Amino acid sequence: MSLSRKTAVAGVYEHPTRFAPDKSMFQIMAESVRGALDDAGLTIKDVDGLATTGMGMGGMGIISFADYLNLTPNYVDSTAIGGSSFVAHTAHAAAAIAAGLCEVCVVVYGSTAASQRFAIGTGGAGGSGDPPDQYDAPFGVTTVGAYAMIAQRHMHDYGTTPEQLAEIAVTMRLHASMNPVAKYRDRITVEDVLASRVISSPLHLLDCCIISDGGGALVITSAERAKNLKKKPVYILGVGEAVRHAARGQRDYLDIAAAQSGKLAFERAGVAHKDIDMAMIYDSFTITVLTTLENLGFCKRGEGGAFVSGGRLRYDGAFPINTDGGGLSSNHPGMRGIFLVIEAAKQLRGECGPRQVKNCKTALVHGTGGALGTRHSGATLILSNQ
Amino acid sequence: MPEPKEKKYAKPLPHIDEENRPWWEALKRHELYIQKCRDCGDLRYYPRALCTNCLSSRTEWLRTSGHGKVYTFTATYQNQAAGFRESLPYIMAYVELDEGLKMLTNLVECRPEQVKIGMPVEVVYEDVTPEVTLAKFRPAR
Ligand SMILES: [Zn+2]
Repeated sequence: MSLSRKTAVAGVYEHPTRFAPDKSMFQIMAESVRGALDDAGLTIKDVDGLATTGMGMGGMGIISFADYLNLTPNYVDSTAIGGSSFVAHTAHAAAAIAAGLCEVCVVVYGSTAASQRFAIGTGGAGGSGDPPDQYDAPFGVTTVGAYAMIAQRHMHDYGTTPEQLAEIAVTMRLHASMNPVAKYRDRITVEDVLASRVISSPLHLLDCCIISDGGGALVITSAERAKNLKKKPVYILGVGEAVRHAARGQRDYLDIAAAQSGKLAFERAGVAHKDIDMAMIYDSFTITVLTTLENLGFCKRGEGGAFVSGGRLRYDGAFPINTDGGGLSSNHPGMRGIFLVIEAAKQLRGECGPRQVKNCKTALVHGTGGALGTRHSGATLILSNQ
Repeated sequence: MPEPKEKKYAKPLPHIDEENRPWWEALKRHELYIQKCRDCGDLRYYPRALCTNCLSSRTEWLRTSGHGKVYTFTATYQNQAAGFRESLPYIMAYVELDEGLKMLTNLVECRPEQVKIGMPVEVVYEDVTPEVTLAKFRPAR
């Protein structure tokens, strides 16, 4: 059974807040749901599916959020695989709708990471207490440290340079400068990135995502129903998900989940790499982008440094990514998978104003959750306006 | 006169249980082990009760040479967590043991700028509490 074009993203909403000490997490989430339903031309009464997870939520937080909004959905999904969760929720919602488990599924995320002063990348080395943590946490693993070790190995094996990584951050900031709600909008240079302090070698401060508050929501429904709604449907063509971990001590650390989830998504969508007009690539760190592009197959392993250079990733370049400014510059409220889908949908609907990618018909979304250098998930979507 | 403040070990400690106790007790004796499946021969680290290749419970403990090479590393300059914020920068690394398995660890007795991928290293045992010894690595002598 193929899922291709059976379902669509019918509504999206990115909460404009980047700092909201006056709002609760659930308020941000509920306002996001309202925004996405308005965008789709649907009401709360139409919602019969709910997907969410969050860093500030308990293990059964989805029930609490259903309580808050007085929802009684027929389908719930609280898959928690880190920042990619919302990309996976979208994939699962597509399958659930195609299978008849629900008709209108809301995917939602909200967080007050910045106003609560979370130290997301550089604190809390204690981990979850699951068995693998016993063997990592005593040595001071941080999120940024785990990604830094991927960068170090990539540089060693392929001669990737700090300047090439820095260009990714520079491009994201250029895009943020064209996004009125982005948190950091002042242009930066490669020199600025290299002059920023080293957090975990070889990654500098400006190689790392920012911390903000924020939230967003998606409305997923059948392609049939989406055709009669307010906005042009963004069809879901292919989905894939995967995990990578220490592999009993035998992992090749430059092989990441994107290799598996991307291959599945392309096969299921029936499209080729050359068909992708723009991509939203989770940019927790600059190295995340580079290695994800390689593992998705947009370039060969080892060629990522050259691939991201020369302005290729710009909105007006050969392979535009993260046109909202990404987690590196626009927003990163702990997890940002939902924003990847939102911006891809806006690009496919032609709503991105000065940062609009020309002739954008097909987009790829890839979320990464967890840490590439220890344990992580990857979730890929291929979306199209055709 | 006030008593001197006892320096408490603040970094995270493992939860030692029946499944992993032999491994941690070996470290206390300053011996580093990996596991080998008695049925299919697959090697594994960290210690666990079953072979991930064939699900056999028949496990042999193999004592390693304690030698390996740096697979990758990072020098961490920012970590707010107790125990680490006082010891910045510290070096975290994956060491690939001569037996072929990679383990996450710290590199000690060297400065960040001395570390190179591929550099030969040897285990050093750090007795951090009466119950827990950690396997760290230093440049091979
Ligand atoms: Zn076996």
